[in-house]
Amino acid sequence: MAPAIETYNLTKTYGELIAVDRLSTKVEQGEIFGLLGPNGAGKTTVISMLSTILKPTDGSAKVNGFDIVSQPDDVRKSIGIVFQEPSVDDELTGLENLQLHSMWYGVPRDIRRGRIGEVLTLVGLEDRKNDLVKTYSGGMRRRLELGRGLVHRPKVLFLDEPTLGLDPQTRDQIWKYIANLAENEDMTIVLTTHYMEEAEELCDRVAIIDQGKIVVLDTVEALKRSIGGDFVCLRIAKPNTDAFTNLDYVKKAEISDDMLVLTVENASEHLQEILDIAGKADYIAIRPSSLNDVFLHFTGREIRDETGEGGVFQRIMRAEARR
Amino acid sequence: MSSWEAIYGIWLREAKVFAREKSRIITSLFTPLLWIFGFGGGLGPNVSVKELNYQIFIYPGILAMSILFNSVFFGVYIVWDRKIDILKEILVAPISRTVIFVGKVLGGITDSMIQGTIMLLIGIVLGISFTAGATALVLLFLLVLAAGLVSVGLILGSVLTSPESFGSIVSFLVFPLFFFSGALFPLENLPPWLALITYIDPVTYGVDGIRGVLLGTSRFPLIVDFSALSLFTLTMIWVGTFAFKRMQ
Repeated sequence: MAPAIETYNLTKTYGELIAVDRLSTKVEQGEIFGLLGPNGAGKTTVISMLSTILKPTDGSAKVNGFDIVSQPDDVRKSIGIVFQEPSVDDELTGLENLQLHSMWYGVPRDIRRGRIGEVLTLVGLEDRKNDLVKTYSGGMRRRLELGRGLVHRPKVLFLDEPTLGLDPQTRDQIWKYIANLAENEDMTIVLTTHYMEEAEELCDRVAIIDQGKIVVLDTVEALKRSIGGDFVCLRIAKPNTDAFTNLDYVKKAEISDDMLVLTVENASEHLQEILDIAGKADYIAIRPSSLNDVFLHFTGREIRDETGEGGVFQRIMRAEARR
Repeated sequence: MSSWEAIYGIWLREAKVFAREKSRIITSLFTPLLWIFGFGGGLGPNVSVKELNYQIFIYPGILAMSILFNSVFFGVYIVWDRKIDILKEILVAPISRTVIFVGKVLGGITDSMIQGTIMLLIGIVLGISFTAGATALVLLFLLVLAAGLVSVGLILGSVLTSPESFGSIVSFLVFPLFFFSGALFPLENLPPWLALITYIDPVTYGVDGIRGVLLGTSRFPLIVDFSALSLFTLTMIWVGTFAFKRMQ
């Protein structure tokens, strides 16, 4: 089966600035592929090039087998896109937005009504379809945009920060819709996000992208495994890393601010042994590794916008200090 | 086939938005009415041009002006569409830029022609006699004028990124187009420099043609007016399709 998307040295520069730097990767059919990275990493630029909004400076890419530079119309017909910024028409009703979209994407007239009905049910806007979009909440607009991206049954759906700025409840709802789509509609989904939870929740594979380059690409599980496991943090009388470094399940041992911090494979299984060696501890914390730790591990920086705040140890310490 | 559907879709969006913003019709009628009643109404009883009451004399010019302002300013909506990000949805759709341009032009023409029709009714109030033939000819002139000027507005809208800059550049353009079109004065006996400018102004041919049809007095034969106006409009449509092709 041919991949849904292939890129070859895809590059976009703005003068001196390299937004996307020789990106070469493949997205398989039917997967949910995540582009995870901080703001300004080049995620939106990648999506804009793949959806033919931007022309690459160099390199090329194929979407559904069509070249993004020489066959833009074929690419456009076979993709759906939900932009980062809301792009539904406020002055029209939800239904009208979907009807116009169907006309522009050439959805045949005889199946249009049925298709729009299905989509409205899927995103739960059936009873609000005749209201002007300006009366919708942020979450409803997002759902409408998601629905609009689906009306013409694209083979590949691009979602650019699909839950940016939404409250947690709405976000969960959107996640449910997206997961449901991938499962039941046989669609390839490429999403960008700077929320690690989002990538963890939804994506089959995640490419961590930083400064226009893919730093690492794998399944969420494999990425987490690649940094060694979970974190165990102990406050003991005389912290000493030597006793732990020869244990095969301890990948890393460090002392940070009088705390002993261990990176442990399957921490919950080995906790007793660790405690036996460590002796009496007056504080113990276990934290499963997250994609943020993966990002930190590969780039040396945090993915969140809080800069200069250090790593996981400091955060555990700060949480402790607040008690 | 699907191109027609897409053009219809683009037009439909403009028409729906226009129909919902009724205040737009009222506010854009205000300036022409001010000219007819505030300016022409005052001068009319005292001044006559070519043996016509001045208010009646300027009516064709004000009719053309209402089309001029409305049509060129229509281009601002594409600037807004871009600013609030709804233009992207259309630009990324699998339709050609020509289709988008044509749909937008038709949308702008619709706005302007509704405006023009209301202005015709005001002409009846002024006592101008409209035969069926004259009405059809005037509407034809207004249509061609609107098509050309909407294209001008869209061309500007495709290159300008802020509504503010659009506003200032357009005022810079529409006021000279209006004042030098002979809307407020006859084209005869002008000093050569002014005559030259009026001949360059495409709106001149719209005003002159309509004046010929409605009042029976014009500088050029009707066919010359219509040909010059059509040439302008076709050129602008041609340029417009290019402008849209290179629009980001």
